[in-house]
Amino acid sequence: MIDTVLHILSWILLCTGGAFVLIGGIGALRLPNFYTRLHAASLTETMATILIFTGMILQAGLTLAALKLAAIMVFLLLTAPTASYALANAALQSGLRPHIQRGSAKAPDAQNPEIQSPDTKNRSET
Amino acid sequence: MENSTVAAKYTATPRQSLGAFIVLMISWLLWSGIYKPLLIGLGVFSCLLSLWLARRTGFFRHAISLRSLLRLPALWWWVLKEVVKSSIEVARIVLSPSLPIQPELVELTTSEKTDSGKVILGNTITLAPGTVTIDVDEDRLLVHCLTTNSAASLRSREAEHRVAQLDIS
Repeated sequence: MIDTVLHILSWILLCTGGAFVLIGGIGALRLPNFYTRLHAASLTETMATILIFTGMILQAGLTLAALKLAAIMVFLLLTAPTASYALANAALQSGLRPHIQRGSAKAPDAQNPEIQSPDTKNRSET
Repeated sequence: MENSTVAAKYTATPRQSLGAFIVLMISWLLWSGIYKPLLIGLGVFSCLLSLWLARRTGFFRHAISLRSLLRLPALWWWVLKEVVKSSIEVARIVLSPSLPIQPELVELTTSEKTDSGKVILGNTITLAPGTVTIDVDEDRLLVHCLTTNSAASLRSREAEHRVAQLDIS
């Protein structure tokens, strides 16, 4: 009885995780520029990771494999944001300005293309 | 000569070394699952080697107290709830035909003094979909937000408050 419940629960988690991977992929295609696409990627690397690994842990039951899966999940959750930061910071350092909506105090030139001319490359305002 | 000065600067206390060794050894024993003298001996050797390398690379400079580590699960529980909440929001935005995004940059000034504290705060913010830390400079964090909503939740400074509760000093 409890086995069936765990089985169903784990499959729900795995399928929802898969759905989030798919949504993350759709987001990466649909969103307009680099920084916004990063948000779609973080959908895959956090929510989907948690769901899929929890599902797999439920499949594994009380074994050593479950513990290893939990450890892998924790490692992924610790490293994924670090990688995101490295990527975003590299883009920022190389002069890719975030495209900000109009009316925001930080971007008076929101209408400009996101990659600006070399003379504004130096991050003077941040 | 230079090596010795660097090592002296980052020397770990015996307690820290012992704690790290025990954690490494437990991981080795769990991971290998084979309990023969040869393999356990190799494990002890590997753990000592890792410990030495960690010390040399300045790992213990960023060591945080056991008390703070024990408070991590509370932070993780809160982060989990935030991740679920904002994931659903971002998923809805991505799937809606009009793609209602309002990207915004938010600059946070943090009171975290240690590098570890800043890293934990930055990563906590990045973990929740909809907010990505893109720059850390001294005590300022630059965060890119996907919507006005996520920017508002960031401005409520709750993430900062939660990380401050770890009390890393």
